[in-house]
Amino acid sequence: MPDPIVPPRISRAEVAHLAHLARLAVTDDELDLFARQLDIILTSVARVADVAAADIPPTSHAVAMTNVFRPDRTRPSLPREAVLAGAPAVEDDKFRVPRILSDEA
Amino acid sequence: MTLTYEDVLGRYEPVFGLETHVELGTESKMFCGCSTRFGAEPNTQTCPVCLGLPGAMPAVNARAVEDTIKIGLALNCSIAPWCRFARKNYFYPDMPKNFQTSQYDEPLCVDGYLDVDVDGQNYRVGIERVHMEEDTGKNTHVGGATGRIHGAEYSLVDYNRAGIPLIEIVTRPVPGTGARAPEVARAYVTALRDILRTLGVSDVRMEQGSLRCDVNTSLSPVGSGAWGTRTETKNVNSLRSVERAVRSEMLRQAELLDAGERVRQETRHFSEVSGDTRPGRSKEEATDYRYFPEPDLVPVAPDPAWVEQIRAALPELPAARRARLRESLGVSAEDMVQMSNAGVVDLVGETVEAGAPVDEARNWWLGYLTQKANEREVDAADLGVAPGDVARLVALVADGTLSVALARQAVDAVLETGHDVDAVVAERGLRKVSDTSALERAADEAIAADPDAADKVRGGKAAAVGALVGAVMKATRGQADAAAVKQILLDKLGGGV
Repeated sequence: MPDPIVPPRISRAEVAHLAHLARLAVTDDELDLFARQLDIILTSVARVADVAAADIPPTSHAVAMTNVFRPDRTRPSLPREAVLAGAPAVEDDKFRVPRILSDEA
Repeated sequence: MTLTYEDVLGRYEPVFGLETHVELGTESKMFCGCSTRFGAEPNTQTCPVCLGLPGAMPAVNARAVEDTIKIGLALNCSIAPWCRFARKNYFYPDMPKNFQTSQYDEPLCVDGYLDVDVDGQNYRVGIERVHMEEDTGKNTHVGGATGRIHGAEYSLVDYNRAGIPLIEIVTRPVPGTGARAPEVARAYVTALRDILRTLGVSDVRMEQGSLRCDVNTSLSPVGSGAWGTRTETKNVNSLRSVERAVRSEMLRQAELLDAGERVRQETRHFSEVSGDTRPGRSKEEATDYRYFPEPDLVPVAPDPAWVEQIRAALPELPAARRARLRESLGVSAEDMVQMSNAGVVDLVGETVEAGAPVDEARNWWLGYLTQKANEREVDAADLGVAPGDVARLVALVADGTLSVALARQAVDAVLETGHDVDAVVAERGLRKVSDTSALERAADEAIAADPDAADKVRGGKAAAVGALVGAVMKATRGQADAAAVKQILLDKLGGGV
């Protein structure tokens, strides 16, 4: 099948970079696997370009709407116990998270 | 080797730019109905939307869009007929969603400018964009010596602030200001803050973080025509710090360049304590945000008629108000520059509106009140003395109730207690002693207590009366009119001319 737009072939290095950005620990075997799988996904999605003629504008939303606003009114928030119930660690009613930066500076 | 500021300017031309973040004063957050109230108990103002829980759907706060359009119009921007939100992806625990909903290549307002005045000279600061986004949660870093992120063992996060409407206002790079670069940068933030306050879109309190600045600075060798590598300084949380941050970066970068080294493109943090900048997160690491259009929100397409309606309803902006004030106050251009530099133009205007003569209002604000503001390292507008208080003081001095010295004591009392002028005058019993017999008695006592000084005055040394005046003022707790006391003493001692 002719393919007018060559889909971006995702490299192993790009997958490694994305994994790093997503803070995912990925093994060498997984890098190969994910690169292959992501390539298939990207190729499939790129086929949209086959049917997107010049008269079809790109969209980022499934419904052609604009200006869906809500009035500036407050609504009750969640109780704090419920909010913190899902936290792995809590201290002083706050989410406790591990060290953010390694000691580099 | 330490460079002077003049050395730097002899060899380099500074260019600066500012990214200013403003928290809007809406009741509810940008995409959900949680309250935006400052100072609430931690994590009591969150919901599935601002916590990014699965399945939660955001919806745009109409007032936030309107406020952003107001800001754009006040900054002479064009309002985009159509724009979208985007996801800025990053992993940092201040956003529970792991992305910040922001705007990327389609900001709501573009291509404006703001004219600012430094010492009577106009500088036009180009506005590249004004876009909508949401604020992040607040981290408290625990462990380590400084309470800063570096060296911390762990961090605690309060998400009350996450999702509060945040507007980012980005200038174009501003070249050509030379030695005035730090002052122009400060004047820009001051003018911007005044506009935001006038629009009523934010409480613009830098000390509470509702107005925050990132300052970009670079140097280029004079005459080279090429701009240098810029650094971005964060954590610049007062007007004074804006000025100091630009200046200290100019000095730091010039020393590097003089030594033949390169300026690294990086994020730096301003220290209020030391007045200089320290390296922060490495810029290279931080730029891969993988922006993409936010699929949970539909585009914003402001109706031109709505935009025009907003434009028509804009309040009189500070520049126009100042021009009008200058006209109606009848002050000279030099006075205007002086008042403008001290940040007291509006205060003087309001004091006059409250009934004080122009000269009195100007003298108070440029004199004692500016001095007090400097002592406290705040702007005159944030000093805590209202124009109405000043007008009241002027009236009390004019009708003889207070001397100028007592009026100053009243200012001190207002600053201490937060009460108004009439209250502190009553509380402290401030009242000029004009009862002549009481003054005569105090004068006799002073003469009796210091016969040497009295003799000198009798002998023709009029200057020696100062010690006696001081004694009477002390005895009357400063409430006497010093000129009247002096006259009484001189009359008694016959030493007057």
